[in-house]
Amino acid sequence: MTAFGKLIRTTAFRLTLVYLLLFALFAASLLGYFAWNTRRLITEQISTTVTSEISEMTDIFSRWGLRGIVGAIESRALRPGANLYLITTPTGQAIAGNVGSLAPGVMGGSGWSETFYRRLDDASEQNHRALVYVTQLSSGFRLLIGRDLEERRRLFGIVAKAAQWSVLVVVVLGIGGGIFVARRVLRRIDAMTGTTRRIMDGDLSGRLPVGRSGDELDRLAENLNAMLERIEALMTGLKEVSDNIAHDLKTPLTRLRNRAEEALAKSRSEDEYRAALERTIEESDGLIRTFNALLMIARAESGQARGDMVEFDVAEVAGGIHELYEPLAEDNEMTLRVKAAAAPVHGNRELISQALANLVENAIKYGKPAALPLDSHAASSSREILIEARREGGQVLLSVTDHGQGIPEAERKHAVERFVRLEASRTLPGSGLGLSLASAVATLHGGELRLGDARPGLIATLVLPAGAGQSAKLAAPTQDVPQKAA
Amino acid sequence: MRLLIIEDDRESADYLVKAFREVGHVADLASDGEEGLAMAESGDYDVLVVDRMLPKRDGLSLIGALRDKGNRAPVLILSALGQVDDRIKGLRAGGDDYLPKPYAFAELLARVEVLSRRHGGPAEETTYKVGDLELDRLSHRVARGKDELTLQPREFRLLEYLMKHAGQVVTRTMLLENVWDYHFDPQTNVIDVHISRLRSKIDKGFDRPLLHTIRGAGYMIRDGLR
Repeated sequence: MTAFGKLIRTTAFRLTLVYLLLFALFAASLLGYFAWNTRRLITEQISTTVTSEISEMTDIFSRWGLRGIVGAIESRALRPGANLYLITTPTGQAIAGNVGSLAPGVMGGSGWSETFYRRLDDASEQNHRALVYVTQLSSGFRLLIGRDLEERRRLFGIVAKAAQWSVLVVVVLGIGGGIFVARRVLRRIDAMTGTTRRIMDGDLSGRLPVGRSGDELDRLAENLNAMLERIEALMTGLKEVSDNIAHDLKTPLTRLRNRAEEALAKSRSEDEYRAALERTIEESDGLIRTFNALLMIARAESGQARGDMVEFDVAEVAGGIHELYEPLAEDNEMTLRVKAAAAPVHGNRELISQALANLVENAIKYGKPAALPLDSHAASSSREILIEARREGGQVLLSVTDHGQGIPEAERKHAVERFVRLEASRTLPGSGLGLSLASAVATLHGGELRLGDARPGLIATLVLPAGAGQSAKLAAPTQDVPQKAA
Repeated sequence: MRLLIIEDDRESADYLVKAFREVGHVADLASDGEEGLAMAESGDYDVLVVDRMLPKRDGLSLIGALRDKGNRAPVLILSALGQVDDRIKGLRAGGDDYLPKPYAFAELLARVEVLSRRHGGPAEETTYKVGDLELDRLSHRVARGKDELTLQPREFRLLEYLMKHAGQVVTRTMLLENVWDYHFDPQTNVIDVHISRLRSKIDKGFDRPLLHTIRGAGYMIRDGLR
């Protein structure tokens, strides 16, 4: 496409053309209205003057007869810029007046007519137009009084010229402006197109140029940039995940394979085979769990789970998870406590429950103090895990606090990433996905996962936007438990 | 128990048929949606095991068609789509239970057995009795022999669920779903801890244990060893 072709195809240019047409129509109708009204006004004025002079002349004729009227006409006809006068005999012979010639038949009729005429004192051969009134006096004399229409014509000429000029100016300005605007827009669009092409070619770090005017194109560019930011983050995430999957899933798969191989090579008794197979199943169950967790994170991150959101009270989730994990904590010589005030959110109950469960499991696994303090009271409080749910302004905070070693500030951001297992936890079983899921769930709800220092220990907080509030009614899917017993 | 397995993957279908036959059930096989629908309508099956993605007619539409015709045979849906809303969709379509792939056969067997009992079982009972253990669902009282037992509300519901399915294997996932209404799998042995607490209340100090651990599957409450 040529540069000009591109230019005239732009929306800006087409819009300009449309406006141009509209404006020209507007100007034309305005001038037309003006011209028509002026013409009417002039015509009216002429007819008023003529009518009054006709009645004056008729009056003079009836008082002083032919001589009187001829005298009046001759004196009036000589004034500068005089009207047109002509008086004829019944046979059509001119007696007095300033009209030299007329279109034929005008004197024969009566009433208003428009006609060509020539003045007596006019040497040129040119015909003029006039509006005349012809009336018959008594005894057959005919009287014509009229007015030249030159004025009207001149005015019309002025209006027509004005129309021509204004149309010309409008068209030139319009097209010029259109080209200017279209080129400006086109330049920016071309810049954007260039960037997007680079991005499509694989350079995800490219960003669209954003001007300073804050107009619609800038806003568009800003939004597209935000979108690119998100896509880049997702792509980076995806790449990290595939790298991590390669590493963290291949390791257990290799272990699985080695065990099977070893069993085939060495085992002899049925018990040994059985044990090997049981370990294999355990290992594959772990793999399946990891896959499920990965899928769940992917779902939460892609925003698909938004469909299942209901209004519910986080305090009840906190209570439920406390109830579920309290015995497990006790088995691990820890105390799990819950402190929950009504805190409504609009969200996916299942996912938030799971996120909280992950945080509690982490606290149970890693939340033991490094060394037991001597003071027994301190010892008991340091083995406490606290689940807390409360509302703070427009936010609902759901936190789990332990008094273990915590996570050093520098590592907190890193800890949320998929498959990351901090050095301290490498030796304990786990997939390294717990915090990632909690974080993805918080993000899905428009919140975040905050990791803080509990001095000592870790405080992990799910920050969620508060829901509408009044209805803490639960819309959780009710599980219809099989009703018939054996 | 007569089972119909509707599954298009030959290998997993054959495995299922064989595994169900080994534990003493009759299992028929249909390998696409249309064939499955025809067989389900003509045969009198106790439970249908339906894969969600099938050739010719997908699992959910098959269940819908069956239900429209008034067939109330319990259906367990097997699916690679294991997320919460997939599950809800499956249950809404008329399924009675939903098991995501990959699954353990023990889990599938336990669920199918629970489904078959539920279908045409006796009317709702207000008391459950296993050996000398008695649970009254109305007064929330539990007694073993002459001893009254004090249970926490959740322990009561756990025991109630186990006793409702006395003699049947109940898996950890089934317990988490039905007693706690959670559909995720915990990374820890949290259910085992609840069971061991319950066990210490109902079995400790009695010479005949009632609550048994079934290796590789789950738990079962029953009187004596079969």
